[in-house]
Amino acid sequence: MPTMTRRARTGAGLTLSAVLAATALAGCGGKDAAAPVAAGPTSAAAVTGLVIRDPWVKAADKGMTAAFAILVNDSDADITVRGATSTASPIELHTMAMKDGKMVMQPKQGGFVVKARTTHQLAPGGDHLMLMKPAAAIKPGDEVSFTLELSTGKPVTFTAIAKPFAGAGESYDPGMKMPPASAHP
Amino acid sequence: MTLSRRNLLAGGSVAGLSAAAGAAVGAAAIGRPPVAAAPAAAGFGTETVAFHGPRQAGVANEPPAHAAFVAFTLAAGTDRRTLGRMMRLLSDDAARLTRGEPALGDTDATLAGLPSRLTVTFGFGPGLYRAAGLDDRRPPSVADLPPLRIDRLERRWSGGDLLVQICADDPMTVTHTQRMLIKDARPFAAVRWVQRGFRNTPGVQPAGFTQRNVLGQLDGTANPRGAELDTAVWAPDGGTTLVVRRIRAEIETWDLLSTVDKEAAVGRRLATGAPLTGQNEHDEPDFAALDPAGLPVIPDFSHVTRARVTDPALKILRRPYNYDDPPNAAGHPDSGLIFASFQADVTRQFLPIQRRLAEKDLLNQWITPIGSAVFAVPPGCAEGGWIGDRLLG
Repeated sequence: MPTMTRRARTGAGLTLSAVLAATALAGCGGKDAAAPVAAGPTSAAAVTGLVIRDPWVKAADKGMTAAFAILVNDSDADITVRGATSTASPIELHTMAMKDGKMVMQPKQGGFVVKARTTHQLAPGGDHLMLMKPAAAIKPGDEVSFTLELSTGKPVTFTAIAKPFAGAGESYDPGMKMPPASAHP
Repeated sequence: MTLSRRNLLAGGSVAGLSAAAGAAVGAAAIGRPPVAAAPAAAGFGTETVAFHGPRQAGVANEPPAHAAFVAFTLAAGTDRRTLGRMMRLLSDDAARLTRGEPALGDTDATLAGLPSRLTVTFGFGPGLYRAAGLDDRRPPSVADLPPLRIDRLERRWSGGDLLVQICADDPMTVTHTQRMLIKDARPFAAVRWVQRGFRNTPGVQPAGFTQRNVLGQLDGTANPRGAELDTAVWAPDGGTTLVVRRIRAEIETWDLLSTVDKEAAVGRRLATGAPLTGQNEHDEPDFAALDPAGLPVIPDFSHVTRARVTDPALKILRRPYNYDDPPNAAGHPDSGLIFASFQADVTRQFLPIQRRLAEKDLLNQWITPIGSAVFAVPPGCAEGGWIGDRLLG
């Protein structure tokens, strides 16, 4: 039986501000998107490192596509994502940058730095994991696993669900185009 | 650089945020939409109904004020694996949106912040079992209803392989949820029909009060409650069945009747919903009572007489919504009822009632069924699972 609950709103609001700030910054020409993490339920817990929240990947029949998530660093030290791997495709860390008056994506030099106690947003229009050459179609509802290589040594693995998505069609410098969203089941 | 919360929540901040983000879709995967942080958001807007559990939500809980019933036709060649991918995706959307969080990749994340008791309930039509190659697993009563002489069914309101019932106390929440779920269902299925409906706004009358339909009748008085509801609605596995009928109200001719005639057709008082032999809505009708002329006080052709079920296990749970589409040029309304009924078994519970009504019910003169569809409502799922995982997984 479903039960009625009233959403806990304290704390969630604070986290929201942090996440929003992170997102806004993510678009500022490829600067590091960093914002303080609000004191939440995990604040008193031991250092756990990098937590991956809300991961998803854009479904694609063929060709390049991208994966997104919220990277949460709940430790007291900066963590750098140095690279990523997946059985589905070779992966590059990409960022968006202004070039000749328009936003293009390009490899992120040095990786994604997630400052201590901050979140870093991987989102359409901002930093993302680029699947350079998927071995097979990534269909809506598929689950794709990824491993992030971290500066702290211990890699982190997560599974992202594939979604049909019309956006995230940014130009790739030099001149490669992402295919449109998957049109087939 | 930081953005203050006050600025983010101010009216003009959305444009500022977009500009700062550089790309319009920059906010896509945000964990919490700004509106959830608004101190002004009070009342039932933030109330939630749990999506996960052994039974699906949107059946036994008090119906919220607004609903969309969305039926889909599966794309040709859809198989069991494909259906599994579809349901994993749609269940993920439903789980997030019912918590008041945006769906993954939600391009309008700000619209997800007021769940307002949002429920998303999935139903599987006969065609889904066929597509999955699992017709032997279809609950036997989940099939098109046999032809009824009162029916004037239109294809545009009938059938469907997949049903999504979206209910919430706020119509914007229903709209956003409908948009997200249709968008994510598009690789798998085409929209077959959508029916939007409404009930009373929360707060206009006490909770649990029986609502009126567009003919002014209290609608749902005889619903099973408590333990009776459990027996009547749920199969042992946590599933149930749903019949959705679109019933047009012939309001122009209903208008010609006097109140006494209307009450005779229904067998209840319009003002109170009390049976013609009683004082209060929930008084038991006395079908043996005679008037001074020796005729039954409650006419044997009345709706309440014909729809009467005494065995609690044979009752149905009516969970109807009213509809009111634009009138025609002559000013005739296009209004009626999205009759949604949940029962453990359509053949054993729903059909006998429907047959009695089709055979003889004075009310038939003022109502016309124009749509009909039957769905299995599979059991709920645990966190990390998806609706239909035990069937399709």
